[in-house]
Amino acid sequence: MMPSVPGSAQTAAAKGLVNCHSCGLLVRRAFPDGQRLYCPRCHARLHTRKPNSLSRTWALVIAAMIFYVPANLLPVTVTRYLGSTQADTIMSGVIYFMQTGSWGIAVIIFVASIVVPIAKLVVLSGLMISVQRRSSWRPRERAQLYRLTEAIGRWSMLDVFVVTVLVALVRLGYLSTIEAGPGVVYFAAVVVLTMIAAMTFDPRLIWDALEKK
Amino acid sequence: MMQPVIACHECDLLQQVKPLPPKSTARCVRCGALLYVHTPDTIDRSLAFAITGLVLMLIANIYPFLSLESQGATLETTLITGTLILARQSPIGLAFLVLLTSMLVPCILMGALVVVLGSIKWGQRLPACRRIFRLALALRPWSMTEVFMLGILVSVVKLAKMATIIPGTALFAFLGLVFVLAAINTVLDPHTVWEKMVP
Repeated sequence: MMPSVPGSAQTAAAKGLVNCHSCGLLVRRAFPDGQRLYCPRCHARLHTRKPNSLSRTWALVIAAMIFYVPANLLPVTVTRYLGSTQADTIMSGVIYFMQTGSWGIAVIIFVASIVVPIAKLVVLSGLMISVQRRSSWRPRERAQLYRLTEAIGRWSMLDVFVVTVLVALVRLGYLSTIEAGPGVVYFAAVVVLTMIAAMTFDPRLIWDALEKK
Repeated sequence: MMQPVIACHECDLLQQVKPLPPKSTARCVRCGALLYVHTPDTIDRSLAFAITGLVLMLIANIYPFLSLESQGATLETTLITGTLILARQSPIGLAFLVLLTSMLVPCILMGALVVVLGSIKWGQRLPACRRIFRLALALRPWSMTEVFMLGILVSVVKLAKMATIIPGTALFAFLGLVFVLAAINTVLDPHTVWEKMVP
């Protein structure tokens, strides 16, 4: 255990206080577990820890992992140009930008659509396994990793927006059209599921495991 | 009056609230999470940015967004066009998600701030303020105007070889909105707002 970690008496939970998720008011916990408690300041439900944090987050992470497969295999755009049809997946879009010399754009899409979702799923799974094993390994770094995961998740929506703008602009009909493919639906589902997963995970569990040792 | 003690929302550690010098932030000593910020006039500044943002959003929806010129024909699009076409081509949920993250959430967020901060500023205690402010805070991660802006940039690069793309007034208003929303995120201190709302 790290020497800098203060004793368990200094957390709100250890002092019988509940920190409101919504407004941050400290409320003395006068009721037994299981009874509904509401914040006197903002009327949000009070919980010492997010309810069923681990099982909810696992469910969302596993669902996102399953959706990640069709999101990458199915086309996100279907382009018709002079009678020929071309279906593009996320990866073939990245390769297109690389071949045409737009390296910056290729890197942005690759990171936002491929690296970030995988990294989020790996990091969240790793955090949950470490919490379940009551690990005391580098809690501060794990907390930072969690914050990073929460902050970067939204950028994965990039490809969904690209498809939206493309279908809006290219609808001339007589020469070329771009249509949204089914892949983009699965892709949007992955982004939403991983964002909710990051929200249901309670980072306080990282520190709880440390204190009870 | 400020609470003398707060708990870190990410690690639950109890910490003393100390007065901060202006434009600085307090972080948790144990996990490094952001605890509170001190912005001078956080209410006034956030309110001003929220009103600016709503005006920009209005402009972004009235004027043409992007125009595409190809084979002598010009096609104008507005901000909502993409969503409408997407709604016809794919499940309605996807179009709704795009509408939500690019326009509805920013609008609700800024509208909620105007109501809540305005009611604090002018001393009108509206009963629903606490619920409205709670909604605004919960919606914050779902506002993705900056990601949308990057999406526009990528699409323009992709189409640049096929046709000429002419930026419209709405595009510049939307770009301004990205900065306004970023500014709201920096100046808004929810702790101060809660303290002033419910003394």
